[in-house]
Amino acid sequence: MSTRLATGGRLIDRSKQQSFTFNGKRLTGHAGDTLASALLANDQVLVGRSFKYHRPRGIVASGAEEPNALMGLGEGHRFEPNQRATTTELFDGLTARSQNHWPSLETDIGSLNAALSSLLPAGFYYKTFMQPRAFWKHVYEPFIRKSAGLGQAPDAEARDPDTYEHFHAHVDTLVVGGGIAGLEAAKRAGETGARVLLVEQTAHWGGRAPVDGGEIEGHSTEAYVAMLLADLEVMENVTLRSRCMAAGVYDHGYALAYERLTDHAPRAKGPRHRLWRIRAGRIVTATGAIERPLPFAGNDLPGVMLASAVRDYVVNWAVSPGDRTVVVTNNDDAYRTALSLRKAGLAVPAILDARVLPKDSPLMAEARKMGIRILQGHAIDHVQGTRRVRGVAICSHAGEGGAVIEEIACEAVAMSGGWSPVVHLWSHCGGKLVWDQTRVMFRPDPDRPPTGDRGQPMVHAVGAANGALTLQEVLDDAARLEPGPKTRAAPQAGPQEEAPLAPVWMMPQGASIRHRMKAWLDYQNDVKVSDVQLAAREGFESVEHAKRYTTLGMATDQGKLSNINGLATLSGALGAEIPQVGTTTFRPPYTPISMGAIAGPARAETFQPVRETPIHGWLNANGAEWEPVGQWRRPYCIKRPGESTHEAVMREVTNTRQNLGLLDASTLGKIVVKGPDAGRFLDMLYTNMMSTLKPGRCRYGLMCNENGFLIDDGVVARIDDETFLCHTTTGGAEAIHAHMEDWLQCEWWDWLVYTANVTEQYGQIAVVGPKARKVLEAIGGMDVSAETLPFMGWTEGELGGIPVRLYRISFSGELSFEIAVKAGYARQLWDLLLTVGRQFDVMPYGTEALHILRAEKGFIMIGDETDGTVIPQDLGLDWAISKKKADYLGKRAQERPDMVREDRWKLVGLETLDGSVLPDGAYAVEEGENANGQRNVQGRVTSAYHSPTLGRGIAMGLVRHGPERIGEVIRFARTDGTTMIEARIVDPVFYDKDGEKQNV
Amino acid sequence: MLTLHCPYCDVQTDETELTPGGEAHLTRHGPGSEDDAFHDYLFSRANPRGLHFERWRHTYGCGKWFLAARDTATLEVFGTYKAQTTEPPQHIRDAIRDRQTGRAARTAS
Repeated sequence: MSTRLATGGRLIDRSKQQSFTFNGKRLTGHAGDTLASALLANDQVLVGRSFKYHRPRGIVASGAEEPNALMGLGEGHRFEPNQRATTTELFDGLTARSQNHWPSLETDIGSLNAALSSLLPAGFYYKTFMQPRAFWKHVYEPFIRKSAGLGQAPDAEARDPDTYEHFHAHVDTLVVGGGIAGLEAAKRAGETGARVLLVEQTAHWGGRAPVDGGEIEGHSTEAYVAMLLADLEVMENVTLRSRCMAAGVYDHGYALAYERLTDHAPRAKGPRHRLWRIRAGRIVTATGAIERPLPFAGNDLPGVMLASAVRDYVVNWAVSPGDRTVVVTNNDDAYRTALSLRKAGLAVPAILDARVLPKDSPLMAEARKMGIRILQGHAIDHVQGTRRVRGVAICSHAGEGGAVIEEIACEAVAMSGGWSPVVHLWSHCGGKLVWDQTRVMFRPDPDRPPTGDRGQPMVHAVGAANGALTLQEVLDDAARLEPGPKTRAAPQAGPQEEAPLAPVWMMPQGASIRHRMKAWLDYQNDVKVSDVQLAAREGFESVEHAKRYTTLGMATDQGKLSNINGLATLSGALGAEIPQVGTTTFRPPYTPISMGAIAGPARAETFQPVRETPIHGWLNANGAEWEPVGQWRRPYCIKRPGESTHEAVMREVTNTRQNLGLLDASTLGKIVVKGPDAGRFLDMLYTNMMSTLKPGRCRYGLMCNENGFLIDDGVVARIDDETFLCHTTTGGAEAIHAHMEDWLQCEWWDWLVYTANVTEQYGQIAVVGPKARKVLEAIGGMDVSAETLPFMGWTEGELGGIPVRLYRISFSGELSFEIAVKAGYARQLWDLLLTVGRQFDVMPYGTEALHILRAEKGFIMIGDETDGTVIPQDLGLDWAISKKKADYLGKRAQERPDMVREDRWKLVGLETLDGSVLPDGAYAVEEGENANGQRNVQGRVTSAYHSPTLGRGIAMGLVRHGPERIGEVIRFARTDGTTMIEARIVDPVFYDKDGEKQNV
Repeated sequence: MLTLHCPYCDVQTDETELTPGGEAHLTRHGPGSEDDAFHDYLFSRANPRGLHFERWRHTYGCGKWFLAARDTATLEVFGTYKAQTTEPPQHIRDAIRDRQTGRAARTAS
């Protein structure tokens, strides 16, 4: 039985009971409990099933390194999987459920895998599920998907009701970890006047020190921690944050920290989590160390725990892991656990120490004095029990296992394989490690720290995170942080003499395969000693390869518990030294952080700003069906009541062709290019000649990148000798402006040209259709006759009293005027056009009608006919490419052999024989297969619509030798890949080939 | 996430304010250039472990392009300078030399 002790527990408040449920069962704990301590106090030793073999698993640790006790917390919209019970503070009403079992935690079908475990070695999935190929999709993948993964994903319809926020902090020193080392470091940094931020992942200060005991300057460690904290709290330049975990260290002193504000008090107001985005001059990692498990047979049985965790549960939460606990160790520190248990009145039948020491160390002598039996040179042969520990069979550590000397009944095993500094944050941004043979650990290499923007060391590790093991070492280490004549001497700790640790990577040291197959290295990913050895035998000698083959140290473990034992096993199997094998890469976050914290306030409307034109409000109120175009919203169509989308689009096209259409073209990019060299500059940017354009005239232009590919198109209007207004596509405005600036600033910086993106400064309305001139004449104020304002001309004036610039350009093939006004006038002009236009049957139209109108005319659309691999010559746009210019961006590239290949796919029109609409993007197939076994193709559809004007499907496409094959019928594959549609290659201009309609 | 000094704004900028632009000091090849030379200009980029000259634009600031001399392995920034130059200016070259000599001296001692 694990149970609550009658007295003690420094973190719990026995006067406050809190009730919670675990798998629906009602349990109680105390304020100050973690979910883990409360479960143990209720004898809930079994907390989950393992990932691969579904073995019963119990709580191993007391902190962030816990591999097994991952829970689904909360209900409904607040459900969250994979939360560690050890870092979840208990609150009244908490609901938790265990994971990875079916039908229940106690009876789990998947545990059959355990019986078959000898058939499921490392790399099993890779080896087994390769053949036959068809099985993968229909048999293996569904099965693996069902059995893979630990927690359950939240319901797809769930919406997190909590709020999250980001904090930006700029500090001189960020100290990570609120143990003795971190508090000392923060105090010393604070005394220099520096701005200091100290973060601690738990709710408590002092780290392990209050549990582990000892004295500093004559005070207990607990009292000393309180004194340090009091000193820090009065320093105005020091900020303290508990429940705040430093998740990652990045370039140039950037760090992320994850503060859990209300996880422990879910009814409190305010954001739930806060992501700290910190820029620190220097980062001090006082992140402590994590105890290593010992690999012995059955070390994953519920009841086998880290010795330090057993100590924590007894001292912090007054939880007994069992009446009888056997301690097994290779070092002195675990003796503290034995002493704590005895002081709490619990039995320690034996301490099994793998070492044989010439004389007792002080801790050993103390244990002996309390009457604890110490068996040196002994090991656990195997743990007895099926669902929880019943006892241990012991043997000589020097042996091969199987020769059981004695069986000891017990309910818990406290194991200690030594300590590994938490080097994650040190390593995230390039800090290197050194193997310390004496201390048997990787610790930060002071000669190879992560470096900052000036090449200076950016991270400093102190205390146990730096390999310091005793209080005095920790205090001395912190004192070295702020060197100088005024530095306070390190405080003095009481004596702490310990005998050296002896490395133990398998227990007993010569264990047989039968034992090694039951000795777990990584609980979370179900990796055993035998798996790592198998990986080495199969040639996965690099530690990074072995990790991926076995999954050692993956997922949330990130090397916390498994790393050193795993790579020591690998180095043993390879006959190499541990430092030669090296470690895998430590990656952020140190422990998982919530997606909510990452998103912060960026959700729903604040996820991305939406750009709205001056006419947005009218469109929204009158049935616009919105579609995103970049950050803009544009109306796909403007629906009338009772109309389908298709019906609305057809109506808009027909009315524009027959009467009068209005388009909100305000989103079109508008860039002013001005200066004595503006014409010369535009000659380089556009494929055609712009410098010869006369003021008052417009010209359609194509823009390519240096690779020769078409990137944008639009109409350029020459305003005066030195000023051009370049229209770009809606999505292209920012990118094209940046493209212009790049060439101006970095290549032709001596040219006298300015550019300005004035897209939002103007509203623009296209007035389109046979009655376009009539409506403008009815409004009055400007001469818009063909004589005064011919096609491709522009003029300025006042329309109905509104100052406008009028461009006679057409993207529909109809008589068309685009009217630009200062943005503030756009809505007024729109309303005026609607009112006066009523007598001419005016209707606004959306982007789909715009597309159909342009496709009927064979006008290309950037992003439909182009995809970043298409040059203007492919689109039959040779007429817009200057032959006279010596150079323009893309010219040289368009001379490359692949660009002048005679069989490039070229633009044609396509008409289905049955009048249907071709699927957008469909490929034109031809006989045979290519080298990859794929069907040969000879072209594809780039745009396809139903044309109400022609009463049939029309399409544009790129086809090999297309323009030479007019009249030929080719076949396009439907999306099912087998049935075909026949289409005839035709001229891409379907409507009004001679342009009579626009030129009136 | 890097910080780089914008030589126009004279402020230390955060990487989120910047747009990277790849290798600096390329020579543009246009019509008349050989196929191989033009191919290299379009596609061949240095990707060194160590000193690298890079283009950056202060997109969410002044909008200006500037250049940075940076060590891609240690993340040390030797200096940033305005883009209107075909080669690193003398003070940047001096800074690189000084830092690298300093490092060599530290390693030797």
